[in-house]
Amino acid sequence: MPRALNGLRVRLVMAFTLVAVVATVTTGALTFREARTRVLQQSQDTVIEDFRHRVDTIVPHYRFPPGESDLRSFAADVSRGGRSQTWRVLVTYGEASATSAPGDAFRELSPAMRESVRTRLATVFQRVSRDGRSALVVGMPVTFAGPYTTSRPASGLEVYLTVPQQEEQGYVDALVTAIERATVPALALAVLIALLAARGVLRPVRALRRATRSIAEGRLDTRLTVQGSDELADLSRTFNETAAALEGSVAELRRMEAGARRFAADVSHELRTPLAAMSAVTDVLDEDAAGLDDDTAMAVRLISEETTKLAGLVDDLMEISRFDAGAAALHLDEIDLAESLRRTLASRGWLDTVETDLPEPGTLRGRVDPRRLDVVVANLVANALRHGAPPVRLSLRQEDDPRAGRRAVVTVADGGAGIPDDVLPHVFDRFYKSDSARTRSEGSGLGLAITTENVALHGGTVRAANHPRGGAVFTVVLPLRPDDAQEPTTHSAKDHRP
Amino acid sequence: MPRVLIIEDDRAVREGVRLALRRQGHEVAAAATGEDGLELLRSFRPDAVILDLMLPGMPGLEVCRRIRAHHQVPIIMATARGDDTDIVVGLEAGADDYVVKPVRARVLDARIRAVLRRVGGAPDDHGTTRPEHHGDLVIDRAGLTVTHQGRPVALGPSELRLLLTLSASAGQVFSRQQLLEAVWEHNYHGDARLVDACVKRLRSKIGEPAGRPRYVHTVRGFGYRFGTR
Repeated sequence: MPRALNGLRVRLVMAFTLVAVVATVTTGALTFREARTRVLQQSQDTVIEDFRHRVDTIVPHYRFPPGESDLRSFAADVSRGGRSQTWRVLVTYGEASATSAPGDAFRELSPAMRESVRTRLATVFQRVSRDGRSALVVGMPVTFAGPYTTSRPASGLEVYLTVPQQEEQGYVDALVTAIERATVPALALAVLIALLAARGVLRPVRALRRATRSIAEGRLDTRLTVQGSDELADLSRTFNETAAALEGSVAELRRMEAGARRFAADVSHELRTPLAAMSAVTDVLDEDAAGLDDDTAMAVRLISEETTKLAGLVDDLMEISRFDAGAAALHLDEIDLAESLRRTLASRGWLDTVETDLPEPGTLRGRVDPRRLDVVVANLVANALRHGAPPVRLSLRQEDDPRAGRRAVVTVADGGAGIPDDVLPHVFDRFYKSDSARTRSEGSGLGLAITTENVALHGGTVRAANHPRGGAVFTVVLPLRPDDAQEPTTHSAKDHRP
Repeated sequence: MPRVLIIEDDRAVREGVRLALRRQGHEVAAAATGEDGLELLRSFRPDAVILDLMLPGMPGLEVCRRIRAHHQVPIIMATARGDDTDIVVGLEAGADDYVVKPVRARVLDARIRAVLRRVGGAPDDHGTTRPEHHGDLVIDRAGLTVTHQGRPVALGPSELRLLLTLSASAGQVFSRQQLLEAVWEHNYHGDARLVDACVKRLRSKIGEPAGRPRYVHTVRGFGYRFGTR
């Protein structure tokens, strides 16, 4: 179901309308019933009273038993008692009968009513509706009255009266119309009020939604203006308090994080100066160790080795600090990737120890940061040589992804035992050591983390897996930008002369 | 025996480097401040300067500019800050090479010898003895001097060697890597910043208008080419 039909506004309008309908219909129905009863009661009471009085007045003037003409004139006489000459009268005596208007079939009179008048000797009445017109039918037996008796024996004379109730019907119809006319404005008013109420509720709700989204997008200084003192205002106030608390916590976290990063950078930096002095003389120590006694020579070599490691660690820490501080810049240059990889191996003396599967020179060129690519490949190969077993294999191929475009895929595989499953997810973590016995073996524990950062800076990915035939496989996927994508930051594109 | 001047404020580093370089066969003088360093430059007359970038008083960059203004002595920047911007700023101020501390004496020695070779001779400087004319630019390979519109241009060793390398094969496109190897002798690759910074310096010294170079042209995505328009 669409949201608009499910929304708060529609629900509120529907609820208000329903309440309004129930209220008006109930009120209208009760009022109608009461008023109708009253109107009809009153008119029939009057009619019966008049009718009885008329009959009582006229009856003594006629002889008993009445003849045919007596009945006729009696009926006519009674009918003249009506206020507006609308009374139609039927008089019966035994089998004989006469009506006030000649030839009147008097179809309103039901046999049940005649029976009731004849047997119960009481005035009965009935409302009859014929052809959409309602009429009141009253039946009355004429009885003998004696001065010394309470019994009123039937004379056999019965008088029936039919009075049209058009006027009363008119009243009732007017009532219905009035109720109908009152219902429509009431409903309209209910809808209007519902819309206003919905707006009153929806405005703060919408403001809350906007503010929440704004917070989610990182604008933590978003606040709501609080109006009034209802529950929605309370909600807005609570939102503001929550946002303030969140902003405070995030600011505190950022401050602490920045502090931690600065600390790491500062520490590494401070370590550099003493290390610079120590590194400068390690070669001197190494040279002189040959001429010293065994213990001193060992001590001197140890210091030399550890100094070199420490220098490497500080270098890596500085590099990581730069990534963390967002200060690592990408200097793109279009290079021959295979040539670049070959140089990486050559400059470190790995050409003989690493098998290569590289494309022909000149076939795979791309815009990358050559220095960072060198660091990535050197780290992965060094990692394979250190932790894996020969043969270490470096391969490069091009991949055309329909969505991501041209990409270079570099894989470094070794013939070792592979990476344990529990270690695999963590190999790129900083300082992660899979084997506690191997801590401080070689390397800083930051090499793969730096590799990840360098690859990420290019917009690429690096992943580690185990080859089905054994050995770890590291795969680097680097997007190769089109030639005109971006100029290296170190020189201006304007220098180009066609 | 090469004479090396170290300008470094930290005593331990200064002494360590001095000791190590002396063992490598250099004659070494050391200064703790930029002012002292500039003073020693006149009296000691070094063949190469190792300059720390962070110095008390006069900053290393300023020292570098002052040395370069009057001397053609090669400058190797020793920086504790390996950030890209620091290195590029240092190179553009006139340094011929840089090393990030901490550095082993053997590496430093190799870099010193490389910059010294750069001063010693240019490639292909045996055949031609007559000065070459390229527009307003006159290059004398034998005398290792360059004049622009009749006025001598004071080029640093890297700038001079870069110009000689490029102009020796006018019209040929050199990749940054080729230039890096020909001029800086780095046997690892990737420091195109050295090339770019040096080209920038060279252009400003021979009066290239910004954006419309007359002599050193950029071949986008590849490298540089020498030629007169």
